[in-house]
Amino acid sequence: MIKLFSKKKETKTEKNFYSKTLVISERHLGDYIFQNITRLFAFFVFGLIVLIFLEMFIESLPSINKFGLSFITSSHWDPVKDKYGALPFIFGTLYSSLLALIIALPLSIGVAVFLTEVAPDWLEQPISLLVELLAAIPSIVYGLFGIFVLAPFLRIVVEPFLKTHFGFLPFFKGDMFGFGMLAAALILSIMIIPIITSISRDVMKAIPDSLREGAYALGATKWETIKIVLISARSGILGATLLGFGRAIGETMAVTMVIGNKPEISFSLFDAGHTMASVLANEFTEAASDLYISSLIEIGLLLFVITIVINSIARVVVNRVTKKYGKIN
Amino acid sequence: MKRITLFSLFIFVGSMMIFSGCSNKTNKSGKLKINGAGATFPYVIYSKWFDVYHQKTGIEFNYQSIGSGGGVRQVIAGTVDFGASDAPMKDSEIKQVKDKLGKDILHIPTVMGAVVLAYNLKSVGKGLKLTPSVLSDIFLGKIKKWNDKRIKSINKDKNLPNENIIVAHRSDGSGTTNIFTDYLSKVSKEWKEKVGTGKAVSWPAGLGGKGNEGVAGLVKQTDRTIGYVELAYAVQNNLNYAILQNKAGYFVDASFNSVSAAAEGSLATLPEDLRVSITNADGKDSYPISGFTWLLVYSKIDNKQKKDAIVNFLNWALTDGEKYAESLYYAPLPKKVVELCKAKVKLIK
Amino acid sequence: MKINNKQGWRKRKSNIAVFLAVLSAVLVLIPLFLILFYTVQKGISSINWDFFTQMPKPVGETGGGMANALVGSGILILIGSVMGIPVGVMSGIYLSEQNKGIMPHAIRFLVEVLNGVPSIVIGIIAYITFVIPMKSFSALSGGFALGVIMIPLITRTTEEMVRLVPSTVREASLGLGIPKWKTTLFVILPAAMKGLFTGIILSIARAAGETAPLLFTALGNRFWSTNLNEPISSITVFIYDYAKAPFDDWNRQAWAASLVLIVLVTTLNIIFRFVSRKRK
Repeated sequence: MIKLFSKKKETKTEKNFYSKTLVISERHLGDYIFQNITRLFAFFVFGLIVLIFLEMFIESLPSINKFGLSFITSSHWDPVKDKYGALPFIFGTLYSSLLALIIALPLSIGVAVFLTEVAPDWLEQPISLLVELLAAIPSIVYGLFGIFVLAPFLRIVVEPFLKTHFGFLPFFKGDMFGFGMLAAALILSIMIIPIITSISRDVMKAIPDSLREGAYALGATKWETIKIVLISARSGILGATLLGFGRAIGETMAVTMVIGNKPEISFSLFDAGHTMASVLANEFTEAASDLYISSLIEIGLLLFVITIVINSIARVVVNRVTKKYGKIN
Repeated sequence: MKRITLFSLFIFVGSMMIFSGCSNKTNKSGKLKINGAGATFPYVIYSKWFDVYHQKTGIEFNYQSIGSGGGVRQVIAGTVDFGASDAPMKDSEIKQVKDKLGKDILHIPTVMGAVVLAYNLKSVGKGLKLTPSVLSDIFLGKIKKWNDKRIKSINKDKNLPNENIIVAHRSDGSGTTNIFTDYLSKVSKEWKEKVGTGKAVSWPAGLGGKGNEGVAGLVKQTDRTIGYVELAYAVQNNLNYAILQNKAGYFVDASFNSVSAAAEGSLATLPEDLRVSITNADGKDSYPISGFTWLLVYSKIDNKQKKDAIVNFLNWALTDGEKYAESLYYAPLPKKVVELCKAKVKLIK
Repeated sequence: MKINNKQGWRKRKSNIAVFLAVLSAVLVLIPLFLILFYTVQKGISSINWDFFTQMPKPVGETGGGMANALVGSGILILIGSVMGIPVGVMSGIYLSEQNKGIMPHAIRFLVEVLNGVPSIVIGIIAYITFVIPMKSFSALSGGFALGVIMIPLITRTTEEMVRLVPSTVREASLGLGIPKWKTTLFVILPAAMKGLFTGIILSIARAAGETAPLLFTALGNRFWSTNLNEPISSITVFIYDYAKAPFDDWNRQAWAASLVLIVLVTTLNIIFRFVSRKRK
């Protein structure tokens, strides 16, 4: 304490210029406290992530110890016999998100191309705004829409059509409830389109016009120019896609309201399924045995780890593009 | 340097502790609030009871219908003041409460209800008949089509469509499921071996809905669906429900009479802790899938205000509350059971 | 001849591509309009003064409202903000000022990671951290979950906005002898305030729409409650409960509540856009 006070006396007498002022103010008591306060808060965030991981890990230990690797490979989820295998949920999560991606990606790129290359300036702003509005809609509202509008529509119109014309494919077999994997994939795709679109749009915008002008000068058509831009932007688009995928994996409410909540593995789009997030929403408040709760938390842990991995890779990819072309999003 | 960082850290942690230490349950607003959670089965009548009681006394009983599994779980965790379940707690669960909280659990039956098989078949309308073996095979996934021979043979006058049966069951931990699977286990050996009884089982077929509401919703919204729900939910939503063949061989419709008849049969063998199943009861008027529903109350309640409120409410419910049962399609408790319940309520300290 | 055909074909391909791009835009906007249309159509008839001021009625009785849900959401967001805003702003300042060592980069990375964590996982954490030790579902635990969700957005916006303040401002302040910390707090932060404000608006919009983390923290309450230690209702959980129910009257109320929520969230988003555009 005494040491610090003596330093303070020094700085008061040494009020001086640019570099010296900076060096001295760093030792100023106020600066010191403030710097550490901000550091404290920032480390709080760090601590939070560690806390999340640790808490979930500790609570999952009973389940990890009992089931080990078979938790991920077994599809037997039986609360009566207290035996738990999470494979149906892992499958459901990955399958629904992948389907959502397949539907969303072409559309998102199409919209991004529209916004950056096709639309006139006065149209671009409002359409961008509308796409972002899609992202602002809370997932519970998507779920409500899914239950009362989409599912009946699928059950009465779409699924019979698919069954009649494409019923030979393994994707369109089984009973048609309206609820199920198809409904979940469609809702998810609508939800992730804004993310993929806005980042792709930003990446494409950042690509210098000189590239486009060069292409036109060489006689390229609009489409050929667009192709060139897309190829240049491909890593950014990849990053956007990964982020969209990460979002789809973690989505809870909209999925649980339309997916049918059945822990089953099936490739048919008509069948009901379950995802890691939706089983947590459904069963968390009710798991009566300690092992049950532990298994559910282990699913939460898996979900956490998977989303972190995917989002980290996505961020790294997007950051690399940022370095190349300047700040994006 | 270190000292300053430590000091600010201490202040930060200290304030967090003080902040979370404000978790005293002393209620400053004067209005007593009691939290409970559990079964969706009796939700229709509980919400009525709590509303009427609130208007009478001003005490707020906040009941969240998250399913019997949820009720049991929260009672074990001690996060609610009382629970509700149509599946009596298992010995192991009661032991958990004893170990974790040092208290016993009292099972207080409140009403009885019927689990009916609600179905949505536009071409058939009312009056579908089902036998125990047909019912179990539908839920086992062995009978797949509505116009299956076996269904047709008991419903000769009905126009059954050549469509797949969509089975709806609960996706959450449910006392209603417990009652239903308890019945199925009694009438079908295959069900007993393959699936068993429980609040949440590994269903061989069908779609999952959350809560009685979820299953009722599925049946209501989708043609060709059959699902099991508490009678009140079927009636509230104008759903047709099947007439079942009971143990004595008679086809019985679900009503408070047939449920009361089912309870009569088991009065003689009522266990001391009032945890009993009345499915597949004897008697020609008995509805085969009937059940009690219980409030799960701690034997020792530390907060005197809350204890008095809960005791008074229970006594009110067992006398005045029962009057609402019939109009809401539940069966009131037999008088003998009410007396036993009141004796149990006296045990709450 | 051959050359002409090929060129015509290229042109046609290009036109098709442009057409597909326009088609994508149309297709993507269709769900937006459908959702808005249905929500308004199914919900507007139930919107009246009673709906905002009354409490829910028991099963079987028509009418009632979502007054407690509106207040509940307000309180939850308030708790979340009390937690999330200071942490977010301070962390944002930290990230904008420090660049030495690996820590700032690690923290920036982790903030983005936190942003991507599914909200239901955050709900589980709030349950383990608050509900179990407190032995009660509470508004506090729900607010905590929302706060955690709000932090990444506020941190990111704060860092960006602080960085955007021209360095000349900082240099001028330092040149006048104002200590560094006072510069940050009283000169730069006010300059970045508008941007911070937009970030906070956006994070409130996000928190207002969350359902999953509240399912087992705040739980729900049929009665009016402002007590932090008790379960509390919220707009989103209200919608969830009423949407699942088979009672037509409840479904109607779910749509109405959705309409309220959408109007709220959209308004916040429009304010955000308006304010951030003005800055540009």
